Amino acid sequence: MVQERPLPTFQATSPQVTKEEGLVVYEDMVLGRYFEDKCAELYQRGKVKGFVHLYNGQEAVASGVIKAMRSDDYVCSTYRDHVHSLSAGVPAREVMAELFGKETGCSKGRGGSMHMFSKEHNVLGGFAFIGEGIPVALGAAFQTRYRKEAMGDAGADQVTAAFFGDGTTNNGQFFECLNMAALWKLPIIFVVENNMWAIGMAHERASSQTEIYKKASVFGMPGYEVDGMDVLAVRAATKKAVERARAGEGPTLLECLTYRYRGHSVADPDELRDPAEKKFWRDRDPIKRFEAYLLEQDLASETDLKSIRDKITDVVEDCLTFAEESPDPHPAELYKYIFAED
Amino acid sequence: MAETFLFDALREAIDEEMSRDQTVMVMGEDVGQYGGSYKVTKDLYEKYGELRVLDTPIAENSFTGMGIGAAMTGLRPIIEGMNMGFLLLAFNQISNNAGMLRYTSGGNFKIPVVIRGPGGVGSQLGAEHSQRLEAYFQAVPGLKIVACSTPRNAKGLLKAAIRDDNPVLFFEHVLLYFNKEDLPDDEYILPLDKAETVRTGKDVTILTYSRMRYHAMKAVEALEKKGYDPEVIDLISLKPIDYDTIGASIKKTHRVVIVEECMRTGGIGAEIIASINDRFFDELDGPVIRLSSQDIPTPYNKGLEDLTIVQPAQIEEAVEKIMQGRL
Ligand SMILES: Cc1ncc(C[n+]2csc(CCOP(=O)(O)OP(=O)(O)O)c2C)c(N)n1
Ligand SMILES: [Mg+2]
Repeated sequence: MVQERPLPTFQATSPQVTKEEGLVVYEDMVLGRYFEDKCAELYQRGKVKGFVHLYNGQEAVASGVIKAMRSDDYVCSTYRDHVHSLSAGVPAREVMAELFGKETGCSKGRGGSMHMFSKEHNVLGGFAFIGEGIPVALGAAFQTRYRKEAMGDAGADQVTAAFFGDGTTNNGQFFECLNMAALWKLPIIFVVENNMWAIGMAHERASSQTEIYKKASVFGMPGYEVDGMDVLAVRAATKKAVERARAGEGPTLLECLTYRYRGHSVADPDELRDPAEKKFWRDRDPIKRFEAYLLEQDLASETDLKSIRDKITDVVEDCLTFAEESPDPHPAELYKYIFAED
Repeated sequence: MAETFLFDALREAIDEEMSRDQTVMVMGEDVGQYGGSYKVTKDLYEKYGELRVLDTPIAENSFTGMGIGAAMTGLRPIIEGMNMGFLLLAFNQISNNAGMLRYTSGGNFKIPVVIRGPGGVGSQLGAEHSQRLEAYFQAVPGLKIVACSTPRNAKGLLKAAIRDDNPVLFFEHVLLYFNKEDLPDDEYILPLDKAETVRTGKDVTILTYSRMRYHAMKAVEALEKKGYDPEVIDLISLKPIDYDTIGASIKKTHRVVIVEECMRTGGIGAEIIASINDRFFDELDGPVIRLSSQDIPTPYNKGLEDLTIVQPAQIEEAVEKIMQGRL
């Protein structure tokens, strides 16, 4: 079924990014795309195991949100977490090594594709159960407010972004956390990546109210419908939400309309979705669209963009070599990390 | 120091730790303005304010997860289950995120939370309010599980649990909140992983925990008169189990009776028997006797409820049996 809900339009009256910012965002989206393409290939070749959920098509959301935040802000993801982690600054080497189950992975090979964590980069995880990351993200946001008000730390103004899908918004933890976030005015952004599907369950078959952003209003919080294929639209909406959160005014819900190009996971034959629907979204590819924008606005030349793509090709090759050459965790350390003292 | 109720001993532990460490906070249903359903947080709201004693909506899974997220980012939350049974709704957060996340994250995060509240079979509270979740949670890796039983150990253990860098499930018992005891004037902390020898003896090792400690001691009174000399060990730590203390006792008595309030199937005792067989089989004179609650939803009717949990007379009988080799 072809898209019935029109994409919200976003009028860019003037350049929304400087050249430098634009190139950072572009590089981040290209990294997300190339990294996931490599994962698909590695899975087919039997190099990467387990359940692997790829992010192709949704890059404008991770890059648009996370690159509009600070490096000391928090990011909380799901099982579809490679690209959120990369955008948050986790080195591609560590993400790839994690997929290989290696000791050098960001979760020391104990987590795998669905469990990327990085304390250093404030990535709270990698949560493989639907909705369970949302309360954890809420806790990080609560901690920020607590640090500021109960501990008198004036510098505590971090914002937390919680990412999750359309299907997840039918889970109680979503509603419970919206309530608490609004109640306590916590500095959190709920980023719904509405890609219209939850595995094989079409969004309108699961949700009585399909326009998720509207659910914010009953909790007294702003909710915005955002074109999730337009990185600048996502970035602009995020900036507003971040500003609000840092000012202590509370949470915001962003519903980003997007699409995953590949099956739910690499194991999904993806037979349910209509080719016309896929084409509709592919025609709005966020990377191509942003490329066109950068060129149009004279923020970058073809050469600039090509050199970024070449650089990322190298980054992905390098991270693959790194992962392959990295050691497995030592068998003697099977029990390490169960307790804090380990 | 004046006699202190168990609920007040817990309150003192929380109060002392909150004043010692600004990152310690309490959250849960009715913990703030109302002071906690068993008054464990009475007056703390007035003293520490609404952020440090946070009244939450009735959303167990989400506020437990929130406590975990706050712990991952540097706070030390004490999450109160109004009744521990309600935390069945938080099973996912307790298992996946409190218990397993540190490991899954390859040591990126530690989760210093205490999840505490009343459990056990009360007085005719019905099946849902009479649960013993310790048995359900014992298989979750990464959790520590503690059951306090006296005002003294309640205070010392809770302080230790708050300072511990790992997630600790801390079980109190609904029927023990009004137990009274003189507490030491000086600050004290008790180890989370050590069993408490309640009575030293040489004939038989009675392993018990929480309220069943009192049923065991009642049986011991009668057994003493009959000339028996049982050793009673309060496990305190249900995960990990203190097999050093248990082993030392078995090497002395060679006989074991387990008395527990959880149900027989998949209970704490089942786990202990398996481990005793693994570790101390050669020390045993005969099979371990296990006295547990019946495998049924706890009935409301007083007579049926009494039949559901282990009574002192049954413990007495079991000890006599094992002593006389009538197994
Ligand atoms: C508690 C739980 N139930 C079911 C699943 C299986 N599952 C994994 S992803 C998914 C669909 C989620 O869809 P959505 O929230 O839209 O996110 P998307 O995969 O589209 O990014 C389901 C049902 C799960 N991981 N956790
Ligand atoms: Mg979806």
